[in-house]
Amino acid sequence: MAVERVRILTKNYGTPESWTLAAYLKSGGYQSLRRALEMEPAKILEEVKAANLRGRGGAGFPMGMKWSFLKPNPGKPNYIAVNADEGEPGTFKDRTLMELDPHRCVEGFLIAALALNVHTVFCYIRGELVLSIRRMQQAVREAREAGYLGSRVLGKDFPLDVVIHAGAGAYICGEETALLNSLEGARGEPRLKPPFPAVVGAFGAPTIVNNLESLAAVPTILELGGENFSKLGRLHHLKDGGVRLYGVSGHVNKPGVYEGPVGLTLRELIEDLGGGVRGGRKVKCVVPGGSSTPVLREEDLVHAPDPKSVLHAWHGKSHFDVPMGVDTFRALGTMLGTCCAIVMDDQTSMVRAAENLMMFYAHESCGQCTPCREGCAWMARLCRKFARGEATERDLDTLTDVANNIMGNTICALGDGAAMPMLGILKLFRNEFEEAVRTKKPAPELR
Amino acid sequence: MAFELTAERRAILDELLPRYPTRKALTLPLLHLCQEQEGWCSPAVVDYVASTLGVSTAEVQGVVTFYTLYQQKKVGRNVVWVCRTLSCELRGAKGIQEALEKKLGCHAGETSKDGEWTLLKAECLAACGQGPMVQLNDEYHEDLTVEGLDALLEGAKKRADERKAVTFSPVGLAPRGEK
Ligand SMILES: Cc1cc2nc3c(=O)[nH]c(=O)nc-3n(C[C@H](O)[C@H](O)[C@H](O)COP(=O)(O)O)c2cc1C
Ligand code: FES
Repeated sequence: MAVERVRILTKNYGTPESWTLAAYLKSGGYQSLRRALEMEPAKILEEVKAANLRGRGGAGFPMGMKWSFLKPNPGKPNYIAVNADEGEPGTFKDRTLMELDPHRCVEGFLIAALALNVHTVFCYIRGELVLSIRRMQQAVREAREAGYLGSRVLGKDFPLDVVIHAGAGAYICGEETALLNSLEGARGEPRLKPPFPAVVGAFGAPTIVNNLESLAAVPTILELGGENFSKLGRLHHLKDGGVRLYGVSGHVNKPGVYEGPVGLTLRELIEDLGGGVRGGRKVKCVVPGGSSTPVLREEDLVHAPDPKSVLHAWHGKSHFDVPMGVDTFRALGTMLGTCCAIVMDDQTSMVRAAENLMMFYAHESCGQCTPCREGCAWMARLCRKFARGEATERDLDTLTDVANNIMGNTICALGDGAAMPMLGILKLFRNEFEEAVRTKKPAPELR
Repeated sequence: MAFELTAERRAILDELLPRYPTRKALTLPLLHLCQEQEGWCSPAVVDYVASTLGVSTAEVQGVVTFYTLYQQKKVGRNVVWVCRTLSCELRGAKGIQEALEKKLGCHAGETSKDGEWTLLKAECLAACGQGPMVQLNDEYHEDLTVEGLDALLEGAKKRADERKAVTFSPVGLAPRGEK
């Protein structure tokens, strides 16, 4: 069965000059902002809660609930910080929204600002994404000229500014508190939580941090109504709703970003959207949602005999046939993450794949916490030894040990994000590491 | 030698300043502006940013060394970043880097003798579905083949002749729609 093609968030992709205000207005743009202006902020929040939108930045936290945690502080403004730092390897979805439909993003920011009584929205975009930055700047300029923001919002006495802020190259700045430090002009080092940003965020003021795609869905939530939005997904019953962007890269015939209902399966993503594996080969494993999420294999079957388990409905089925949801994938022992999968075919050396990923984390650790700073570099060096055929039996134990000692011992989740996929690969593909020790041969290069 | 922003760039800073609650918040945007003009974050740039924003030079220097886009030494007229992270690697990124090293006459991390090119390795650039890819100054080039590289490099040289800025920057004159 082919997946139903959905064009809601991506409705304007492919329209000529889709990034201009004229094109956006033609497609019905800024109507939801008009609706929002007629609504009480509490009513907007209610719709967003009913939408069951689980944050699209990786952690899957319910957006409505996060908004309700905003704790106004007399004497301080409220802020929204949009997370458009998109740096998780394998993830390339937010960029398409900014390049092809920046006004949808801006409209989402404006509605959120009305709901949260925010007068300044900071949109933090990774500095490499120059086209995204330009398109977003242009959209903000056009929106200001058209009176959607500025000293008034469509005539309403509500000053509102959207500031496009360019990052400067650091994966860690996608972590929400590192992002706030970076926005304030400092090194992107994560902060201890609590206090959470909704209480003490940017510039010491209460701040809601949301992923760009999360906010870009807000105009649709108001257009359809929260519950109707939620029901577009297949996991409405698990409070995981709506439509979202999926990405698929690596060894597939048609890598790219595709829109779908929440709850597609990996099989649908790989076969129907991604066009199947290159050269008709078999899949060895998939990184399901950005590099921090542990890999899954097709041959592993769900074991959930308990009727109370979220996975019970898929008991006995392949991991590739479980709908991709925040709770379903957590129950599988991995994470949904950003819903952007990296597919590796049966010729891929998992020792090399692990080396590649650990080099990434070693480079990107901010250096604050010892277990992460030393541990990521150590894991990378060990993986390199395996890849070169220079590793010993003991290195395998050390590798497992180092990964286990990072878990839970750091300020932010970058360390866990490195250790989890490392442990996941070691669990499913330990044989490849053992073989490297036995044969002392370099592993085949990735290609 | 002291550093000063040009009037055009100073105007960009002046437009941004009142939109942030602190001056320090301008550290990243201002470094971008300066680098676009100067080509790198020289000690003079660091002093200028620190005194303009009222923060210590140590803090500014700390920022410069934290972020990969800030250059700590002079770079070539064109900067090429090759993505070597997993998705791109599965589609031949290594071959692209090796071909570039031959064509540019320098290794990753180096600048060619004639000062035309700097070649750098990058971590995932959010173009994973279009790998292998490079960032060439401010542009992404995707779905690369080794055969296509010559045309790409020629085009970059031409554009560098026409551009006002010394190097690419996400905040500066070029993003405003000017050359
Ligand atoms: C190391 C690290 C990197 C992250 N990178 C990003 C990112 O690039 N984009 C993003 O939206 N969230 C990223 N996150 C998640 C954010 O911390 C945060 O959960 C998210 O922006 C919240 O938005 P959401 O609830 O709408 O998903 C990252 C988290 C960690 C620990
Ligand atoms: S892996 Fe190269 S752009 Fe993401």
